[in-house]
Amino acid sequence: VNGRRTNRAAWNAVGIALFVVMVFPVFWMISTAFKPDDQINSLTPTWFAGHPTLQHFTDAIHRPFFWDSVKNSLIIVLVAVGVAMVLAFLAAVALAKYRFTGRKLFVVLMIAIQMIPGTGLIIPLYVVLARYHQVDTLTGVIVLYISAVLPFSVWTLRGFILGIPTDLEEAAMVDGSTRLGAFVRILLPLVAPGLVATSVFAFITSWNEYIFARVFLNDQAKQTVTVWLSYFQGTSRNVDWGGLMAASTLTAIPVVVFFLLIQRRIAFGLTAGAVKG
Amino acid sequence: LSHPDGMAIAAGAARPRRRLSWARARRGAVPYLLIAPVVGVLAVLLAYPVYRLVVLSLQQYTLFELIQHKGKWIGVANFRSILQDAVFWHTVVRTIVFTVANVGLTIVGGLAIALLLVRVSGWVRILVTAGLVLVWSMPQVVAVQVWYWMTNYQNGVVNYILTQLHVGDYFQHDWYATPLSSLSLVTLLVVWGALPFVAITLYAALSQVPSELVEAAEIDGARPWHVFRDVTLPILMPILLILISLSILWDFGVFTQAYLLINPSHIHPSNYLMSTYLFQEGFQKADYGKGSAISIVMLVVVAVLSFFYVRKMVRVGEVT
Repeated sequence: VNGRRTNRAAWNAVGIALFVVMVFPVFWMISTAFKPDDQINSLTPTWFAGHPTLQHFTDAIHRPFFWDSVKNSLIIVLVAVGVAMVLAFLAAVALAKYRFTGRKLFVVLMIAIQMIPGTGLIIPLYVVLARYHQVDTLTGVIVLYISAVLPFSVWTLRGFILGIPTDLEEAAMVDGSTRLGAFVRILLPLVAPGLVATSVFAFITSWNEYIFARVFLNDQAKQTVTVWLSYFQGTSRNVDWGGLMAASTLTAIPVVVFFLLIQRRIAFGLTAGAVKG
Repeated sequence: LSHPDGMAIAAGAARPRRRLSWARARRGAVPYLLIAPVVGVLAVLLAYPVYRLVVLSLQQYTLFELIQHKGKWIGVANFRSILQDAVFWHTVVRTIVFTVANVGLTIVGGLAIALLLVRVSGWVRILVTAGLVLVWSMPQVVAVQVWYWMTNYQNGVVNYILTQLHVGDYFQHDWYATPLSSLSLVTLLVVWGALPFVAITLYAALSQVPSELVEAAEIDGARPWHVFRDVTLPILMPILLILISLSILWDFGVFTQAYLLINPSHIHPSNYLMSTYLFQEGFQKADYGKGSAISIVMLVVVAVLSFFYVRKMVRVGEVT
């Protein structure tokens, strides 16, 4: 028993060391963002910000195009996710509730398309969008993001719809509801958490996207947050590290918050309460 | 489907029992109407670009042709030119080595973390899992900036720590001086970002391993390594194979981390990966025909690599 206990202590030590190494980059980003410049540029690092300052955050948000890029990112992501969710939900209902010829082919396509690396299609997409004057417009990128998040959204939503027990839906139909009525009254509320989780995931994917935004939006006033951040360090030799880390923190915050939200959402059983409770 | 002749044929066939068939046809049409928008979007933004990709790869297509909206047919000359180019073959080899290193480190590391999570106390498990989720949530572009700051030669914290730990003298060591060194940093960045997903998925799979089996093996006197190899690993195998094939696909196509960490101005034939090669030669140099040929080679490789994964997932999907 004693041996087992020392073993456990040793594993715990390894676990804590692992935690420190994995989290260090995130810690270093945040701690740099709050440090005064003399601590950042010193050859001997200061581990914790002694005299924390918000100066870098103020500098970052006052840099050219910060608010433009936030606005652009929000418009692009919200419209793309909104449209994609409606389309994906319809297709997911078809997959979960109907048998039809071509269903399997559709499933295969939804899975296979997710494997295509975006870079592989950048050139034809550029040629096509340039032809229809959709380069340097938010619409062009919105449409690209819709098509990028559709396949996994269809697939995930289908899973959430399948997770709803059919007896609930049948019970509603016996009560005299039509299929549409049963759908709206029973299915939609139950699927809402899944819909939220999928939209948040689509939100994160689109918010983080870099290469399409970089290629299809040249005008600085139209760029998204990730592209704005990638241009931050610029070409000068003296990088404003404090500003760069503050800007990085700001870019990451919405994603981290949303990610933590759906982690919880997925952990809870989706229909656990519906039948038993 | 909307072709007028097709409609006529369908109507003709339906005539004998019109009313019944109409009802059935209407019900049968519902799933097709539901998937139609998705199919439409993907046809315009995926199928059509793929078709254009094939056409472009057989054309001379540069900025001039882009403005004219008309390429010049040159047959397979684009393919011949890349296949005869030493840069292409070096890039292929470099990308394979890069992928193998990334996948190996990700899977072995993820498995080690998952096994560790089983052995630690509850509060350490919560701590490590929380850390993993935090890392998982970091956007790639943000992670690149942090990496760049930690490894910059003037006062990067990595050089400081390595020197303090007496690993060697890393004072003002430039990690971006050689392709091997800078690509190794890209590997570390990619693996760091991928470990949480793999570790957490494998930890969930490990909890499916019946503890009676492990205990029985231990009572029989099996060594820990043998228990792992003969009991745990076979049960983990299906999920492990899925994670390996996903990692191969993702790491083969890595773009953002390589492009931004090495820095767009330092992307060079000596540090090309498949996707940066394609982007640089095809897009930046506006040689869209050649770039399309490279894209096709890349997409064919991806199609072959993803075959196993897609088949597996479709089967999983059919069961549920």
